[in-house]
Amino acid sequence: MEPDRNEGARAAEAAARHSYGKLIAFLAARTRDVAGAEDALSEAFAAALAEWPARGVPRSPEAWLLTVARRRLVDAARRRRLDQTAGEQLAWLAELTADEDDRLAVPDRRLGLMFACAHPGIDRPVRAPLMLQLVLGFDAATIASAFLVAPAAMGQRLTRAKAKIRHAAIGFEVPEQAALRERLDAVLDAIYAAYTEGWSDPQGSDARRRNLAEEAIWLGRLLASMLPDEGEALGLLSLMLHAHARREARRSASGEYVPLSEQDPARWDARMIDEAESLLVQAGGCGTHGGRYELEAAVQSAHAVRRRTGKADWPAIEQLYDALCVLTGSPVAALNRAVALAETRGPAAGLAALDALPDDARLADYQPYWAARAELLVRTGALDAALSAYQRAIGLESDPAVRRFLQQRAALCRSATPAGS
Amino acid sequence: MEYMLLIYSDDSRFEAMNAVQKAEGLAAYGAYAEALQKSGAMRGGNRLRPVQAATTVRLKSGKTEVLNGPYAETREQLGGYFLIDVPDLDAALSWAARCPGASHGVVEVRPVWAMGQP
Repeated sequence: MEPDRNEGARAAEAAARHSYGKLIAFLAARTRDVAGAEDALSEAFAAALAEWPARGVPRSPEAWLLTVARRRLVDAARRRRLDQTAGEQLAWLAELTADEDDRLAVPDRRLGLMFACAHPGIDRPVRAPLMLQLVLGFDAATIASAFLVAPAAMGQRLTRAKAKIRHAAIGFEVPEQAALRERLDAVLDAIYAAYTEGWSDPQGSDARRRNLAEEAIWLGRLLASMLPDEGEALGLLSLMLHAHARREARRSASGEYVPLSEQDPARWDARMIDEAESLLVQAGGCGTHGGRYELEAAVQSAHAVRRRTGKADWPAIEQLYDALCVLTGSPVAALNRAVALAETRGPAAGLAALDALPDDARLADYQPYWAARAELLVRTGALDAALSAYQRAIGLESDPAVRRFLQQRAALCRSATPAGS
Repeated sequence: MEYMLLIYSDDSRFEAMNAVQKAEGLAAYGAYAEALQKSGAMRGGNRLRPVQAATTVRLKSGKTEVLNGPYAETREQLGGYFLIDVPDLDAALSWAARCPGASHGVVEVRPVWAMGQP
C-alpha cells in the first residue's frame, strides 16, 4: 500500500500546483466568492488525499477535483438557499453539472485571477500574498513568514482582500488593451515581490522560502506564456532567471556569503542564463522597449557578460541605471547607479553620487546602502568613515552569513586604520 | 507604539564558542543597538547575566519564598531585551528579524501595555 499512498499524495500535490489557481478562478468566476471556492477546493483536496491512494489517481485529477469542489459548493449554496445569490449560484452550478464529463477541460482563467489579485482596489502590500494564496494555494502562515508579518495579521489582510473582491465585484477579466499595460505593472510588481522575499534566503536553508522564489518564477513563466507579446512580462521572467542562476554561487562551500563581484561565474547556472538571455532578446522585439523589468534584466545580462569576458559591462550598467532612475525615481536605482559610477569613473565619483542622494527614510535603514557606502569609503581611503558605515550595515542585516561577511570586511578595515579606532 | 523584543537563547552555546566568535557575536549586538539608535527606534535594552545568577521571589500562603535560579527551567532562557518604539507590528517584526538573537535563538515580540491604556 505504501507506494500507492505516496503516488496518491504526489498526484494530489502535482494537481494542487498545476490546478489550484485554475480551479479557484473557475469556481469563483461567477460569484467572486474566492473564500467559498477555497473552502470547497480544500475539501476536495482532502477527499483526494483520502481516496486516491486507495482507489488510484483518476484519469483527469483536475476534473475530479472540480466535480468534488462543485458538489461542496452546491451543498453550501443549498444550506443558504434563501438568499438571492445562492439561487443564482445553484442555477449556474446545475448548468455546469449538465455537461459533467471526466474529460471536462477547465478553462484557464488564471491570468484574470492574477489581474484581480493586483487590482488597484486591493492594497499594494497584500497583492503578492493574495496571488500566492489564490493562484498557488499557499497558506497564510507560510506567506506570513516569507513577508515577515504576523500570521494573524496576514490572515486578516487576506480575508479583507477577498471580501473586497467579492463585495466590490472585482472581475477576473484580463483588461482591455488600453488598460492592460498599466494594470500589468501591478501584476509584475506582485510577482517580483514574491520573488525577492524568497530570494532573501539564498542559502535555501528554509525550504518554504526557496520554494517561494521558485514559485514566483513559475508565476512569471505562466504570465509570460499567456502574454508572449508583452516585453515587460518577458523582462521580469528574464530578470528572475538571471538572479536565480547565481543562487549557488552566492555561498562558498563552507556556507560563507560571496558578493556578486567575487562570485565564480563557472558556478552560475549557464542554462538558466541562456534562457534569460533569449527572453531578453524576445522582449526587445516586442516594441514595448525600455520598461522597468526589461532594463533590470539588461543590467543582469551586463553582469552575466563576465562569463565570457571576465568583466561586467559597467558602462552599460551605468547607462541602464541612468534610464531606471529617470523611469522609476527609485532611491534603490539611484544607489545602484552610484555603485556603477564607482566602477566607470572611480570610487570618489560613486561617493559623490551617493552624497547627492536626497535624504530618504527608505535608504536610512537599508542595509545595501550602508554596505555600498562602506566599500566606496574603503576604496577612497576614508577608513574611519568606512568603519562606521560597516557598523550600520551590520546592525541592519538579518542574514547571519552576510552579517559575518560585513564583520570581516570591517575587521580588515580596522586593522588597516593606524589608530585602530 | 512600544514593543519589547525578548531574546531567548541557549547560554551554553555562547559559552562553547571561541574568543573570536564571542567577540563577533557581541559586536553584532553592538551594531544592532547602534542601528536602532540611529533609526530613532531605540528606547532601551540590555544583556542579562546567565540564569545561574537568577533569583526568584514570590509570596506563597502569605510567606515569601526565595529560590535560586530562573522561574522556568528551560534550555532557552531570557538572555536580553530591547525596548523599541516603531509605528506598527510589521516594523517591530522587521527589527526583530535583524536582531542577532533571531539567528542564535528566538526573539519574542510583545507590545507594551502602557500605564492607563485599556
